[in-house]
Amino acid sequence: MGCIYQTEENPHFQYVLGLADDALILGQRWGEWLSKGPTLELDIAASNLALDLIGQANLLLEHAAELEGKGHTADDLAYLRDAHDFRNHWLVEQPNDDWGVTTARMLVFSLYQYCRYEALVKSSDAHLADIVAKALKEVSYHRRFAAEWTIRLGQGTEESNQRIQRGFDMLWRFVPELFETVCWEQTLADDGIAVASGTLQDAWEAEVTLILTQANLSVPKGDAHQFGSRHDGHHTEHLGTLLCELQFLQRSYPTASGAVW
Amino acid sequence: MYTTDLRTAEEKAEEARKGVPRSALDTDALEAEFQARIDADAYIEPKDYMPDGYRKTLVRQMSQHAHSEIVGMLPEGCWVGRAPTLKRKMILIAKVQDEAGHGLYLYSAAETLGTSREELVRQLLAGEAKYSTIFNYPTTNWSDVCTIGWLVDGAAITNQIPLCRCSYGPYARAMVKVCKEESFHQRQGYEALLQMMKGTEAQKRMVQDSFDRWFWPSLMMFGPPDSNSAHSSQNMKWKIKRFSNDELRQRFVDATIPQAEFLGVKVPDVIVKNAETDHYDFGELDWDEFMAVVKGGGICASNRIDARKKALEDGTWVRDAASAYAEKQQVATVAAAE
Ligand SMILES: [Fe+2]
Ligand SMILES: [Fe+2]
Repeated sequence: MGCIYQTEENPHFQYVLGLADDALILGQRWGEWLSKGPTLELDIAASNLALDLIGQANLLLEHAAELEGKGHTADDLAYLRDAHDFRNHWLVEQPNDDWGVTTARMLVFSLYQYCRYEALVKSSDAHLADIVAKALKEVSYHRRFAAEWTIRLGQGTEESNQRIQRGFDMLWRFVPELFETVCWEQTLADDGIAVASGTLQDAWEAEVTLILTQANLSVPKGDAHQFGSRHDGHHTEHLGTLLCELQFLQRSYPTASGAVW
Repeated sequence: MYTTDLRTAEEKAEEARKGVPRSALDTDALEAEFQARIDADAYIEPKDYMPDGYRKTLVRQMSQHAHSEIVGMLPEGCWVGRAPTLKRKMILIAKVQDEAGHGLYLYSAAETLGTSREELVRQLLAGEAKYSTIFNYPTTNWSDVCTIGWLVDGAAITNQIPLCRCSYGPYARAMVKVCKEESFHQRQGYEALLQMMKGTEAQKRMVQDSFDRWFWPSLMMFGPPDSNSAHSSQNMKWKIKRFSNDELRQRFVDATIPQAEFLGVKVPDVIVKNAETDHYDFGELDWDEFMAVVKGGGICASNRIDARKKALEDGTWVRDAASAYAEKQQVATVAAAE
């Protein structure tokens, strides 16, 4: 592989790739919680979330590979691209930190992902519509899980309130990126394939505000200025180290040189 | 798995001195009836009468089994991030998740005998309770994860299938469910190794290396040799144990060696089919190593417990928040009802 996708190249593919990468990277992050959770029950919950997300990533990457038309498999796309060719949002690659940060990240993202999938169920890309229709049930559970934990931590103790607030404060700067609508996404939306991310913002804001209020948390303020775009292959430092772990075996023992997994 | 009697000779002697009731002389009517039910293959249920020694043995065995499931998540869990394909990653996450489920299930079964999960976990972290020595060995390459599935889950199944007919109802029922999942674990591990053996020389070397390191420790999972296993006969009488350590170990070796040959790994030279007995002879195991690992030797023992401690310590504020919140909810519900 090793090709660097140009921003305008095959937008349909890049759009699906973006959906896939969000699920893959967030799934990888949830996998990191395994056997480190606050309770055994939460270890099990974390592994459910990881399984759902990686399952979604697998289906979306298969579809992306078809759209790409270069004979790649889902695994090729997951394991052989460098950070520059990943199209996930910066939010999902942020480290787990503590259970407060992880919960804040999951609330922000799963509410967004739900809005996105809900709109994409009507996509004219029938294969994509199929995948998200199935995934919508999972994400519906994810956002409920994240909302319940946000409220539990927000209302729990003084410490838990501070910790989850810290999570939202830390991650809020990655929110504007979620609703950025690039030109080609708008064109895909006009064609009925994609949903323009900007159109999801109001619904998302209403929900997140409701939950934060119920959790005795404040909605972080301040403008976020993000320099660079995932569409141009820009990321935070964390994606590189995440990929080191994710891709290690495929890189060291390449399938192209005969390795069989 | 993970259910072998790992007490040292001193511990056994100590318990014998404390007088675990096991002699027919002080058997009253209750105890006679209890034994009669076991002899008739009936299940003992939590509210039924049971001798103290039976209860203690079961709590120790079930909690040790539960701890093993939980500690066992560590050597495999550390490979979830590095699994080589999306399919393998999903299978491994599902497997590690199953082990957490087994742990929970077994803690609950042990709780039916009156010891809480908190207390059992405390014993583990304080080093008072044991878990299967196998998890004190490190997983240094991906193949180890697959070999654990094949050999460690395989040995576990050999140990646990007889426990599905164990006399204590909740334990027996837990084992039925657990065994089904363990056999999926074993198959996925063996299948993953078969794949690797179709690959490059480097992959085959990985598989051989991992077989060499895990084979003998997996045989030790059945516990000390019968000649050194004092309490076996009482446990047999109580139908907590149905076959001796050596019988189960032999059964496992007989099943595993043909699998190893089919896989294409080189089996140690000492292992030969005995034409007379129709079993594989495998010589003596290194019991010094076994005892050293039981006592916390080996590369990983302290890492494992430290990792469990860290997870629990890091999560204290989360659990506190959850109980504080639950309490507030309860107060709110009561207030609303008034
Ligand atoms: Fe298990
Ligand atoms: Fe297992």
